[in-house]
Amino acid sequence: MKIEGSVRIPSGCAIAAVISKEGKRIPGDLIAGAMLPMHDRSNGLGGGFAGYGIYPEYRDFYALHLFFDCRDTRKSCEALLKEVFEIVKGEIIPTRKIPEITGEPIIWRYFVAPLKSVLADLQIDEKEFVARTVMKINTGMKGAYVFSSGKNMGTFKAVGFPEDVGRFYRLEEYSGYCWTAHGRYPTNTPGWWGGAHPFTLLDFSVVHNGEISSYDANRRYIEMFGYKCTLQTDTEVITYILDYLVRRQGLSLEEAADVIAAPFWSGIDGIADECERQKLTYLRTVFPSLLVTGPFSIVLGFDGGLMALNDRLKLRSMVVGEKDDRVYIASEEAAIRAMEPEAVNIRAPKGGEPVVVRVKEGRF
Amino acid sequence: MTVDASGLGFREINSAVRKAGDSVTLTGCLGQRFICAGMSGVSVRIEGVPGNALGAYLNGAVITVEGNAQDAVGDTMNGGRITVRGSIGDAAGYAMRGGEIFVRGDAGYRAGIHMKAYGDRFPVMIIGGCAGSFLGEYQAGGLIAVLGLGCGDRPIVGDFPCTGMHGGKVILRSDCSGISFPANVNAHRADADEIAQIGKDLEEFCRLFGYGKADLLDSPFTVVSPASSNPYKQLYAPN
Repeated sequence: MKIEGSVRIPSGCAIAAVISKEGKRIPGDLIAGAMLPMHDRSNGLGGGFAGYGIYPEYRDFYALHLFFDCRDTRKSCEALLKEVFEIVKGEIIPTRKIPEITGEPIIWRYFVAPLKSVLADLQIDEKEFVARTVMKINTGMKGAYVFSSGKNMGTFKAVGFPEDVGRFYRLEEYSGYCWTAHGRYPTNTPGWWGGAHPFTLLDFSVVHNGEISSYDANRRYIEMFGYKCTLQTDTEVITYILDYLVRRQGLSLEEAADVIAAPFWSGIDGIADECERQKLTYLRTVFPSLLVTGPFSIVLGFDGGLMALNDRLKLRSMVVGEKDDRVYIASEEAAIRAMEPEAVNIRAPKGGEPVVVRVKEGRF
Repeated sequence: MTVDASGLGFREINSAVRKAGDSVTLTGCLGQRFICAGMSGVSVRIEGVPGNALGAYLNGAVITVEGNAQDAVGDTMNGGRITVRGSIGDAAGYAMRGGEIFVRGDAGYRAGIHMKAYGDRFPVMIIGGCAGSFLGEYQAGGLIAVLGLGCGDRPIVGDFPCTGMHGGKVILRSDCSGISFPANVNAHRADADEIAQIGKDLEEFCRLFGYGKADLLDSPFTVVSPASSNPYKQLYAPN
């Protein structure tokens, strides 16, 4: 099978997301239904979803979702996992056989906790260890690919149209406080299961519509910090940039947005607030290589919330709406109306203006 | 005649519209693209959310959208009219060269990008609310007017308006203080003649959406047009 890496992948794509600020659980088929009116934005070469709050019974364990090319790969990968993790559960991810989705790999999930002795030995924190292990498997173990690695969240993705991917993974059997979705339109590569969105690392997941032109500059910079861009796709590098800025550098989401979709210098010059102007100047000066140029609209999912962001020129569409405790985000208003016909406050955020929605403290 | 568009694809919708005769109401639209593309000789009222490229290449048909419309309304439109009672997405009137677009609410980014006049064709786009950044980018002809109704504290237009403009006219119902325009255009306070020139379009806007013309005129207007007939001469090479 051809996999990504030999050819670069720009994408057209559709994105959608829903979140309950009250932390109420939303069934997964709602978000799958949102992708139907945007069907023509995808071409059947990738669809995927990320659900947050879907594994409350295993909330203290990292949920690793893996693709394997064969049974032997799974056996050897499990052996590696057992060396460093306590595995409290390992199982096949339930799927539904449908004619629209074919050629599936072996798909498993493991609920794991890093062994204390291993962490003590390496003197690194739990999250960093899990991130490194994911990188190690994805770059070093042929035929195995970790496509989800957060706590109490999970990614489900495949080659196919998103609505079919939703049925394939039985999304209606999951519910969570937040969902993101993606329909893919890769234009010059075969498309494979691992290359579908969302891209994840730990609890960060990114769905992306666009094609960034700064990929290589971003990649060269981020690879200095141990990230391995294995897929040569722009979404993967955005995921790692956000992980680096937010988890490792401790920036707020809004500050991270000001790095990747930085205001123009002319815009910064026009800001009256001295403190704000200095902050934006500082961020652009310290992280110039993490400025992401070219068209993108993304939704970043994380533990307890999400952030939607457009490129600063707003070369892709994105609409936000709400109703009661829920906030809806999508490439098109029609997708929001598919989830909630009575959605209100429909608006299109400006380019570079992050929309951050968090679940109330203690509700997730 | 009424056609329920729910569950139909754009080919089925457009085929139903063609068969429907002079006048048709489409109910339950949800994101279907290309509605009425290239059509002439029909009047269509739309309920729900029509998808992208509504009325693309429109050639004389009349479309009224009761709510919001998405991106690229009237893409490369040649003639006819599109009226939107809500707001429109990005790139409305992309390269339109004839016909009219009336919007009660706001427009997204790049409204009127590359609008042009051709022969006896003269495109007109009137936006009732605010417009996003890059309004009239690369405009080559026609008229874009933004009225700023209900904008509150928001600026009437976003950043970089009229970038690359080399023809046509943008009129903003504002004194435009605090808005910077590129060096290749002139922005000046509209005089009585210039306001009179858009009188008929304003009257039509008022008639469609229930505004009083006198109320609209009780405000300064700014006219933006290219600074010369060839504002980008010698941009890349002496020629």
